[in-house]
Amino acid sequence: MRDVAVIGVGMNRWGELWEKSHRRIWTEAALEAIADAGVDHVDALYVGCMSGGLFMGQEHLGALLADQLGMGPIPGTRVESACASGGLAFRQAYLAVASGEHDIVLASGLEKMTDVDGGAATYALSTAADQEYECYHGITFPGLYAMMARVHMHRYGTTREQLARVAVKNHANGLLNPLAQFQSRITVEDVVRSVLVADPLRVLDCSPITDGAAAVILAALPQKGSKREPVKVAASAAATDTIALHDREDIAWLRSTDVAAAKAYAQAGITPEDLSFCEVHDCFTIAEVMVIEALGLTGRGKGGEAAASGMTALGGRVPVNPSGGLKSKGHPVGATGIAQVREAVLQLRGESEGRQVEGARWGLTQNMGGTGASSVVHIFTRA
Amino acid sequence: MSIGIVGYGSYVPRHRIRLEEIAKVWGADAPAYKRGLGLREKSVPAPDQDTITMSVEAARRAIVRAGIDPVRIGAIYVGSESHPYAVKPSGTVVAEAIGATPEIHCADLEFACKAGSEGMYIAMALVKAGEMDYALGIGADTSQGAPGDALEYSASAGAAAFIFGRERLVAECEHTYAYMTDTPDFWRREYQFYPRHAGRFTGEPAYFKHVLACARGLMERSGTTPSDFRWCVFHQPNGKFPQRAASELGFTKDQHDQGLLSPTLGNTYSGSSPMGLSAVLDVAASGDRILMVSYGSGSGSDGFIWRVTDRITEVQHLAVQTREQLEGRRVYIDYGTYSKFRGKIRMGAE
Repeated sequence: MRDVAVIGVGMNRWGELWEKSHRRIWTEAALEAIADAGVDHVDALYVGCMSGGLFMGQEHLGALLADQLGMGPIPGTRVESACASGGLAFRQAYLAVASGEHDIVLASGLEKMTDVDGGAATYALSTAADQEYECYHGITFPGLYAMMARVHMHRYGTTREQLARVAVKNHANGLLNPLAQFQSRITVEDVVRSVLVADPLRVLDCSPITDGAAAVILAALPQKGSKREPVKVAASAAATDTIALHDREDIAWLRSTDVAAAKAYAQAGITPEDLSFCEVHDCFTIAEVMVIEALGLTGRGKGGEAAASGMTALGGRVPVNPSGGLKSKGHPVGATGIAQVREAVLQLRGESEGRQVEGARWGLTQNMGGTGASSVVHIFTRA
Repeated sequence: MSIGIVGYGSYVPRHRIRLEEIAKVWGADAPAYKRGLGLREKSVPAPDQDTITMSVEAARRAIVRAGIDPVRIGAIYVGSESHPYAVKPSGTVVAEAIGATPEIHCADLEFACKAGSEGMYIAMALVKAGEMDYALGIGADTSQGAPGDALEYSASAGAAAFIFGRERLVAECEHTYAYMTDTPDFWRREYQFYPRHAGRFTGEPAYFKHVLACARGLMERSGTTPSDFRWCVFHQPNGKFPQRAASELGFTKDQHDQGLLSPTLGNTYSGSSPMGLSAVLDVAASGDRILMVSYGSGSGSDGFIWRVTDRITEVQHLAVQTREQLEGRRVYIDYGTYSKFRGKIRMGAE
């Protein structure tokens, strides 16, 4: 396998992009990544998108986006793994370059979620759970994560305030990211007083409905004459778990993240202590708590203390979600995993103005589908 | 030649339902809804009240303040999205009830929440064209929100009526401006009982885009700035939107509060900004300038600049005032009574 680097990144401001179509949102990000990399072509493109059909009435995105980019007849592949679609699309692009099949590949993510109303969006998202054994009984994602939170609180003493501190931290980071959907400071009081969604989760514990896209360019190392300092993909790993929450041995433990992270650390030859920062899948505040445990940043059951103690804040021992995370940056499902990679690349290039982790050397991204039925972990370092 | 308002009147039904009472039924978080929507309670029409009866009440008060013989009214336009009949005008019944028939032009208007200001716009234009001495524009609604929908917390009932003329004005119209695009944020198709809406899309690209553009266009064309106005009134779909619009445009709370009725009235749709204007006229002094901007989904805004004359103090107390009705005798009802009043309970083979 060849060494692979990310040589260009692109992303536009996320939010409720009423005035832009999905193809324009995606093309803006893709063209920016191509310009950033300074390449004049790509050999193939991958796009992570969870549900073009239910959100936009549009499938066949591989071909559509190659066409939009004016780069047909290159192969275009749409990758789906629910909310981990972007992360998995990046991994497929990585494998295509590492294997020698392609030299320069565009990995991207896209979701346009505001063309449908709240009920339709909730339904589309629920298709990531087990339709027959979970959804038919009326459960939604906030409900599933609420049960995970309840068990975590009961068993480990994780508190309501500790969960709120995750959202407070990520909003504080998002304030420093000009592309984030929400650029507002919130307090613990705001979170615990916000509208109840699924007890104990309130609306400010939840990531929002977002329109957005992100794109990155991958190329084989050594990269000659690249405009940008390449950022090396030091590890790429993916794992799965039971799709239904009730089939897990322990619903307060993310096995897929644990397994993927263990593989990734072995590939990169590092331990969690070596990480300079992480971008993780905080679709709900409890998710960030459980993810950092599975990544080995804290002991099992100790994730709740991390945000409250300042360990995961910018300037803390290992900043988590310097970009603002899904909570503040927004969560256009299929684009999330690619935006995480973009943040890792900017941090390692030293270009994360205002939220730069000083001396960043190793960065990890973790993207997760459903309640953790799929997890994708990548580790990056300066080439 | 000056054209403007000669008489005005409003009507607020006596019944109210508190937001907590609605939230209780649907298991919603009442304090969060109250904060989020800026609403506390809303008016509810009684079973024998509808757009026509409320229009008649408001029009009678306008006639008293105008001090004219109603037969001199040459046109009547009733703007509403809850005309009691799909086919058969509301305006004919209102005109007959106030004694303005038979030499009168009449039309029922519909443009979501903008139909009331539309009637005012057209009525005033006919007077300006010299077609008639007086014309009457009315905005009235008994608006409906589907049970459990966010609209149910705001959709309320009320009416305001304005008689336009060339003499004995209480407020001269200095400028008008209209702004409109094809923006589908809220609609009700034929044979549907409740309207549908596009959730958060009703905010930024719909309400704010049109209200702000209309207000800015109006001030630009008239060479005015917020400091030139004593009062401002905006369409009030909830308590939050108009306050944000006012503040984004640079108006102060002192300029905006008097006409902001929605926190305790709800959204009276076609009656909304016209009723806000009536509440401002109730307290305005000679020389005060008022900026008024309506909004109707679909979407568009009508803007007016009014300048109050010294005759205003002669008419303010000739009829019951808007806030007197809003803050006066009220009857609070529970959700069951509300359901019966609003026809939400369907019985037998209707």
